[in-house]
Amino acid sequence: MEDRKPGVYLCKGCGIGEAVSVDELETVAGEMKAPLCRQHDAFCADDGVAAIKKDLADGTVNQVVVAACSSRVMTDRFDFDGTQVIRANLREQVVWSHPAGDEDTQMLAADNVRMAIAQAGKTAPPEPWTEGEFSQRILVVGGGVSGLSAASEAAKAGHEVLLLERSDQLGGWARKWARRMPHRPPYRDPQENDVGALIAAVEADPAIAVKTGATVTKTEGMPGKFTVQVSQGGAETTETVGAIVAATGWRPYDPNKLGHLGYGASPDVVTGIELEEMLAEGGAKRKSDGSPVKTVAFIQCAGSRDPDHLPYCSSVCCGVSIKQALQIKQADPGASVYIVFQELRTPGTAEEFYRQAQEAGVIFMKGDVKSVDSELTVTVDDALLGEEVPMFGLDLVVLATGMVPNATNVDSATPDKGEDQLKSDIDPLSPIAVAGYAGEAPEPAARPEENVPPGGPILNLQYRQGPHIPVLADGFADSHYICFPYETRRSGIYTCGPLRRPMDIAESAEDAAGAVLKAIQAVRGAAEGAALHPRVGDLSFPKIGLDICTRCRRCTVECPFGAIDEDENDYPLVNPTRCRRRCRRCGTCMGACPVRTISFDNYNIQMISEMINAVEVPDEFEEKPRILVLACENDACPAIDMAGIKRAQYSAYVRIVPVRCLGSVSMLWVSDALSRGFDGIMLMGCKSGDDYQCHFVKGSGIAEERMANIGETLESMMLEKERVTSAEVSIADSGSVTKVLDDFVAKLGELDPNPFKGF
Amino acid sequence: MANEGPKSQTILVVGGGISGVTAAVEAAEVGYEVVLLERGPVIGGRVAQLNRYFPKLCHPACGLEINFQRIRKNRKLKLFTMASVVGVEGRKGDYTVTVKTTPRYVNANCTACGACAEATGMEVPDPFNFGLSKVKAAYLPHEHAYPQRYVVAPEAIGTPEAEKIKAACSYGAVDLEEKEQTFELTAGAIVWATGWSPYDPAKIDSYNYVHSPDIVTNMEMERLANHAGPTGGKIVRPSNGEAAKRVALIQCAGSRDHNHLPYCSRICCLGSLKHAAYLREQYEDAEVDIYYIDIRAHDKLEAFYRKVAADPQVRFIKSKPGSIVVGEDGRPTVCGEDTMTREIYKNPYDLVVLATGMQPNAAGDYRPPMSLEADDYGFVVPALEGDDGIIPAGVAAGPLDVSLSVQSATAAALKAIQAVGGRAGSSQS
Repeated sequence: MEDRKPGVYLCKGCGIGEAVSVDELETVAGEMKAPLCRQHDAFCADDGVAAIKKDLADGTVNQVVVAACSSRVMTDRFDFDGTQVIRANLREQVVWSHPAGDEDTQMLAADNVRMAIAQAGKTAPPEPWTEGEFSQRILVVGGGVSGLSAASEAAKAGHEVLLLERSDQLGGWARKWARRMPHRPPYRDPQENDVGALIAAVEADPAIAVKTGATVTKTEGMPGKFTVQVSQGGAETTETVGAIVAATGWRPYDPNKLGHLGYGASPDVVTGIELEEMLAEGGAKRKSDGSPVKTVAFIQCAGSRDPDHLPYCSSVCCGVSIKQALQIKQADPGASVYIVFQELRTPGTAEEFYRQAQEAGVIFMKGDVKSVDSELTVTVDDALLGEEVPMFGLDLVVLATGMVPNATNVDSATPDKGEDQLKSDIDPLSPIAVAGYAGEAPEPAARPEENVPPGGPILNLQYRQGPHIPVLADGFADSHYICFPYETRRSGIYTCGPLRRPMDIAESAEDAAGAVLKAIQAVRGAAEGAALHPRVGDLSFPKIGLDICTRCRRCTVECPFGAIDEDENDYPLVNPTRCRRRCRRCGTCMGACPVRTISFDNYNIQMISEMINAVEVPDEFEEKPRILVLACENDACPAIDMAGIKRAQYSAYVRIVPVRCLGSVSMLWVSDALSRGFDGIMLMGCKSGDDYQCHFVKGSGIAEERMANIGETLESMMLEKERVTSAEVSIADSGSVTKVLDDFVAKLGELDPNPFKGF
Repeated sequence: MANEGPKSQTILVVGGGISGVTAAVEAAEVGYEVVLLERGPVIGGRVAQLNRYFPKLCHPACGLEINFQRIRKNRKLKLFTMASVVGVEGRKGDYTVTVKTTPRYVNANCTACGACAEATGMEVPDPFNFGLSKVKAAYLPHEHAYPQRYVVAPEAIGTPEAEKIKAACSYGAVDLEEKEQTFELTAGAIVWATGWSPYDPAKIDSYNYVHSPDIVTNMEMERLANHAGPTGGKIVRPSNGEAAKRVALIQCAGSRDHNHLPYCSRICCLGSLKHAAYLREQYEDAEVDIYYIDIRAHDKLEAFYRKVAADPQVRFIKSKPGSIVVGEDGRPTVCGEDTMTREIYKNPYDLVVLATGMQPNAAGDYRPPMSLEADDYGFVVPALEGDDGIIPAGVAAGPLDVSLSVQSATAAALKAIQAVGGRAGSSQS
């Protein structure tokens, strides 16, 4: 940027003026060559804001350094139409958390001002990258209920849609259902299946182009411009779309694996799917002889909730069996219908549906099915009677088989790479944390073996990190499934419906609408050069200087979002037309780069280095150690702020530098800080590993791995390994983070001062 | 009528819990003007009161913080707290909405410096902690409050304490004269996301909630376990502060019961499994009994059930207890019949937690001031045809967990965008 003219605005409000000498801070600003420095009793007040605006208007300053409260507050006040605002935290992290009138508190405040001015010297307003062509069209892969709904919703919101269906017909499994579960009051009776109307509406919509018998053979590109190869009837076409909604749905669990429940022993042991087909064709019949059924038993969890088959609950089967039972009862009120279950799961208002079945005379039995023989004798270990009960004289046994997500296309060949993407990187059965056991600790459950689903990738992404959409567990597509259920690790590509988790028709339709909203954000954000979740609107992007790149490939491998591909010579692909807009701006690539050649306009290696350098490190005789804390700005920093809000105190020797994500931390900062004389360095970030809590998926985990190698650096500098550490601090640790800091400071106190001080 | 387009492209979101916040930011990030109304002093709703989320046992503040950042950055989203809807007129594309604001007695000058709280000795029951603790009469609703602005408790108004509070403020932020006001705004679509309240456990007479401090609700348990809660996160018996080690968790306390809430509230099973994990994390010798009808751990949440059930100190008893009585030693005793063994039990505990269900506020103290289709329980049903410009989201539409609420709210944002039609401008700034 042109000449930087940072104005430094020192606020005296909220106790700052009473706790530290603001005049001394003004001297510091002068030493840092800030062209202008002002003090005010409360810069957030109207006249304070007006004073800043005036300096900007008359050109005295072009950057604003507000030394006041945390950057988490008063953002609307300190918002000057695109002017960069840098915040020095003097309130939460200085005067609210350290003693007033104390020399060390003053030094801390001075360093925070120095760091902010140094930051201003190396940050620039990002220039958005908006070149190229943008497609507003949305590709929907899968023509079942979720795909049809996605197509329809996107068209209603004004977007053109390309809808691909692998089979020769739209409608998916639901097309076969005679009735569907009720989702409107009174939630009592099976409802009309309206999938036919949805198919007709999609087919009639001029904004939706439908291709059946079509699959994706290759996907390249990024939000705003994905290039997709579509194969249809042997012909290949190339399509350009702005975002992708994957709605490839589910398939029933293979009943041939359910021999222990009698499948295959008799033609009259059928799956729920087979019964649906019969119901759609006129009613339930014995397959063996076509006679009507008078006595039917449904076996719930046929495959589901079974570690040997599907470990999860398929969610819909209880409702489906109730629906089918009611249909049988409605056709023949004299029929005897049993539903054998372990846990009956009709959440929410579906409880009414359960009640309806009970009132209609459907008999529910809680128990485990021990065996089903060729005579259709079902033996149930009845949980209420406490004994095995044989059920004789059944005409039909229905296995309520579960849902398997189509994370792959089982019809296409399994590729030789990308297997890891289809395995969960978490252990779903890792034990809960306990204080201990009163008796002997139980054997921890073995991590279940994960079978990689067969088949080819559904999008065949031409990404460095492989062709698949990553999965979370059990083959369901990955997402931040609690807070941000649509966020995947592949920017601009969203999943919905039973690909994400087991769900019924109504929920799939709603889920599709949610995924479409995210797809619309992706195409619109792309055109403005803006980042997607969670750094929504960030206009910066990583700039990679290839002149000194050593082709180590760390950036391409470590990017949590598969945003950087490699060219044929193993260089990171900086060609902006292929992958730049996949970037989520976490900076993990920057932290990975050993030669510091990756930077963002508003966040770069130099910027943090200069901030670290700006800290005054007293010599060893002053006995004032300095500890650098590189803290995640999303979780650890707010926790430290909240400790300040509660007026909790901690060591004034600590200097806190917020980082976008621990993944962005360059180990060179650590070695720089050590050679500057910092006595210790702590990386503070989110939980990694199983049940990770990093907003950028892998950032804290990657930092942990990098830290494992810091030992060599310390050894080469002849420094103790205790000087560098990392700590998991969540946003809820406001009560304990001060102890984490103080304990580290105390531990460093047992060591001699860093011998590099003063060099 | 046929070609009458929307007059307003503004999307109004009513309710600042996780559903309302989600609907608002998602719509604003597409580029629409959004007004978000919250009737309380802060946003975050019930989620902000939770200690952890199931199944990851991670912290709700983590995702909320990201949402707060999104709100701070987005100039298209306007937030009003202490604001509720009292009137809606018009039709899809052209609603006139009457909004009532109730006094906070603190204006936008507040810097959250805390001098007001220091100035007063008056304390009031802390609503954030369900009254399990007290808070100063001028208070920040909680440490993660958004907006970060103090509130003066109405109880202080008219007392000398109020004057002390006012005098302590250096920023002219305390306005004791603030009155209830109304204003009008126009919107093209309305997302109704007014959320829920815990079912009143006092209505379940036989559970004697009002007769023992050691019988608490699941939401109270969230506060007891939270580091910023009344006990600093230590799960204790409210009666005497002793560690609560022998604990009963009572499922379907109100839910799945025709006399109370006929529906299943969906979240309580997982919530109680989470509570078992809280207890086991704190006490080596904790013994937790879960009384249940069915454990409803749908989809991948089944793995969490298995993990908790693998703990030998967590016991599952299939039974809906008939009563909870307060024993002579003051300990609550759970009485009933085990459905599986047919045994009659009378089990004393340190603490009993009632997994009370969710009741939609739309059927309680936040009834929509316009005609909306609702089911017998007060959950708002989306309009099939006609006026579909008012879209229910989250627990206003049905008993949902957080993930499902976010799903519902994101879908509602799309429906709202469709309702206001047309393309919005830039999604940024």
